[in-house]
Order: sequence, then C-alpha cells, then structure tokens
Amino acid sequence: MREQQAGWEVAMEHEKEKAILEILEQDARTTPEQIAAMLGLEVEQVRQAIRRLETAGIIRRYKTVIDWDRFGEEQVFAFIDVKVSPAREVGFDDVAERIYRFPQVHAVYLVSGDHDLRVIVSGRTMKEIAAFVAERLAPLDRVQATYTQFVLKRYKEDGEVYAEAEPDRRLVVAP
Amino acid sequence: MKPLSQAVASVPPSGIRRFFDVAAQLEDCISLGVGEPDFVTPWHIREAAIWAIEKGFTTYTSNYGLFTLRQRIAAHLKARYGVEYSPESEVLVTVGVSEGLDIALRALVNPGDEVILFEPSYVSYVPCVLFAGGTPVCLPTDYRNGFQPDVERLRRALTHRTKAILLCYPNNPTGAVATRETLEEIVRLAVEHDVYLVSDEIYDRLVYETEHTCVAALPGAAERTILLGGFSKSYAMTGWRIGYACAPAPLLEMMMKVHQYTMLCAPIVAQKAAEEALERGETEVERMRREYDRRRRLVVERLNDMGLECVPPQGAFYVFPSIRCTGLSSEEFTERLLWEERVAVVPGNVFGASGEGHVRLSYATSLPKIEEALRRIERFVLRHRG
Repeated sequence: MREQQAGWEVAMEHEKEKAILEILEQDARTTPEQIAAMLGLEVEQVRQAIRRLETAGIIRRYKTVIDWDRFGEEQVFAFIDVKVSPAREVGFDDVAERIYRFPQVHAVYLVSGDHDLRVIVSGRTMKEIAAFVAERLAPLDRVQATYTQFVLKRYKEDGEVYAEAEPDRRLVVAP
Repeated sequence: MKPLSQAVASVPPSGIRRFFDVAAQLEDCISLGVGEPDFVTPWHIREAAIWAIEKGFTTYTSNYGLFTLRQRIAAHLKARYGVEYSPESEVLVTVGVSEGLDIALRALVNPGDEVILFEPSYVSYVPCVLFAGGTPVCLPTDYRNGFQPDVERLRRALTHRTKAILLCYPNNPTGAVATRETLEEIVRLAVEHDVYLVSDEIYDRLVYETEHTCVAALPGAAERTILLGGFSKSYAMTGWRIGYACAPAPLLEMMMKVHQYTMLCAPIVAQKAAEEALERGETEVERMRREYDRRRRLVVERLNDMGLECVPPQGAFYVFPSIRCTGLSSEEFTERLLWEERVAVVPGNVFGASGEGHVRLSYATSLPKIEEALRRIERFVLRHRG
C-alpha cells in the first residue's frame, strides 16, 4: 500500500515537472510566479523543481530563437550526409565526436539509410562550408564519402514557422 | 407601412454593439471580449476539408447530415458519456448549436409556453425563445455559490405552462459547471412536471479539475432531453458552423422538419471536417484544453489579487468576476476600461439582470496579451477603488 502511494507520488511529481518543462519550452522567460499560478503550485515548489531539472541536465540551457535573416545577418546552412566505416568497439561514436567538436557544426545525428551521419553546418558563405567539407570533414579517418545539400530557404525550424504571423481574424467582441 | 413582426420587434437590439464598434477602431486595444478560441482549427482538420473540396464533396447531403458523420457522433457520445443515440433517426447535423437551439425551441414551443432558463445566460437564449413564440422565464444565479442553478427557485418557477428548461453547462458567460447532483435534481423535477430539457453542451470538452456531466445520460433524462453539441469550441471550429442535435426519434423528427425546410443541410465541407475532428482530433483537443487551463488559473489568481472577486470557473474559457469593489456598473466599467486602458471586456448585464456587477473576460487569448491586459485592468481597478 505504501509502495503504491509512493509510486503515485512519483508519477504526480513527474507530471508536474513535465508541465513546467512544457511551459518553459514555449517561453523560457515565464517566471516561477507565473508558472505557479498556471499550474496551481506553490512558487517555492516551482523554483525547486526548476533547480532540480537544471542540475539533472534535463534543462540544458535557456536560449533565444532568432531570425538572423530578418536581422540582416546572412548565414548559410548545409546538410551533409557522411558515409563512415564503423570501427570495432566505438562504432561511429568517435567519428561523430571529431565532427561535433567543430563549432560551426550545429547538429550531428546517426541515421538509418544510405548514409551514416547527418551533419548540419553553418557558415557565412557557401565557400566557407565547401572549404569545411573539403578540408575538415572529408579527410577524416574512416569517412568514405560526403554528400552536401545547401539550405535554400528555411520554412520551419524547431517548431518555429519563419513567416509572417497569421493575423487574429476574430471579431473584437463576440458573444 | 404595416408594422413588422411583433415577435422580432419585441427583442431589443444587442446592447453591446456600440462597444464592439469602438473597440474595433482603437489601436493597441486588447480584447478579452471574444467568445471563440484563439487557436485556428488544427491543421489536420483543415487539410481534410481541403481534400474533401478537391475530391468534389460539394453537394447537398442528407437532411440529417452525412451518415458517416452521424455514426461518428453517436459513437463519440456513447464512448464519452454512455448515451445511446441511433445514427439513423436520433442524430441531426446542424449549422452550429445556434441552429440546433433555434429548431429545438421551435419544435417544442406553442404560443404561451414558458421556457425556463438560468441567468446570466448566453445572449441568444431569450431571443430564440421569443422567436419561437414562447415566454422566457429567467431565474437568477449568484456568484457566491459559483453560479450554480438554484433548484429551489426552479421548483417554484415550474408551472403548468412550463414547456422546457434550458441548460448550458459548462456555462457561457460564467464558466460554471453544474454539479452532477444538481443536474440530477433538475432532471427529477423535469420528470415530475413533465417538461423537456434542452441542454446546450457546446463547451463539454473544456472542463477543468472536474468531469463533464452529460444531461442526457442522467437517469430518466434521455426521453425528454434535446442534447446540443458542436465542434466550434472543442476543435476551434467556430467559423465552420457545424454542430449536432440528439433527441429521441419523434422529437428529433420535429426538429428535422424545421431544419429540412429552412437549412436543408449543414455545409458538406464542414461535415467532412467534423468527421476528421472526431476521428483524429483528440490530441489537439487536450492540448488546447491544457493551455486554457493554465491561463484560467493565472487569470483567476490575478483577478482575485486585484480585488475582482471570482469563484474559479470550471469550464468554457470565461471568467465572470464581480466588479463591485469599483462601485461602477457593468457598462460603466466596460466603457471606461475600454477608453482609459484599451481593454475590451463584455459587460455582465448583457447576459441578463443577474449579470449586473460583473464583466465577462475570455482567456481565449495568447498568454502575453492576457498578461498585458491584466496589468492594465489592475491599474484601472486601483484607480477606481478609491
């Protein structure tokens, strides 16, 4: 019985933390006071939960979604599919690590299909990215082939749609 | 020229029109006066409707509505509330609950019949009863008990002329959810006095910290209840104008007659969209409900903090706080708030006399806007509390 009770409490705690995470994922600037009000919790409870989530590495960090294009700062992105021969014991991990340590690498995934790693790279120009592929990526040990696709237009990223927000078409007052 | 229809002339024009027009003109006005979701219809539903148009779903349907949709509605109501309706003869697809309400009253009411309803109430109820030739009997409810319908008062109001009781829980404008016990007592009274029940359950999916009670599912209710439901609020589909009415076959047949000769059928594209909503809309309904719930808690807490007392509403997306601490009437409050702080709300008195001393705020608005509106309202209240 007591075990059941404890299990239930853990599940409740999990639900609360999940709700907090969802709110912060939408808007990292939501204050603990606001979150507490939204979820019917005590402010201190929310603060504690956030601290725990931060120390546990569940909340990685708080960042801002920026439309750099709109700011006038051009950036070029490319998807690079990389074919790698895996090695005993480490598989693809060591090559992946060598790649993700470059700061211009935004993301590295191990994927199924024709290639092994999918790398997302940014640069100021296409030339810069081409140079990165030719001089840094392709020569890596066990990299057999690369296949580069430049991004021509970004429509949606991380759930954010990069278009004019749709206007509120509702009447100002309606019964 | 000869005088126009008395039934129509007897209904006063909407008192809030002038506020709407002013509010629409003002720049940087934040509106908490909107009675519809701020979400657009989930994309999968819109996409299904586009597909339906492409495939040539552009015709009339059966007067009752697409059979496949009626089947889904019946299955949905059975699964959620345990009520059984035959998709052949007991489900009618309507042009929103608005039409359902109109034809329900026209099917029930003879001249002189009384229809009892609880105030504050949605603005259409009294006019629809009048258009149907009936006499509305409005019973006040009180914010101090969370706008629960008063069963004693109802008992006293029932006469041999009473034809029907009109219910709306979760409620617009108060957000109140009637308790199961209260509704059971109302059903008992309806059985005892042999009156019909018209239950507008358009907000059934938007309840918080409680369960929705479907009136038709209560013991003894089904045979005398017209259940009205729709897609506007749960699935953010207000503009599609699509809903349904369910009732025992002979009763529904009467409504169907009016529907057949006035509306013919609900728009087919909206019917296809509604099918998709019932089929795959559940995740989105829950996502929106959770979002409303968070805003609700925030708004209730802030309003109570600033002295605009409100019992936490358990349904819909409205709060109906008391504004008595300002000493202003509902209309004064609304008008001044609009001019001084550029926030639009709806004065409570438009929902009936017992709405005086309250305003209706909708939290179907984005959180940043709600927060800014609350800051402005707080400023306003501080200034007027004296």
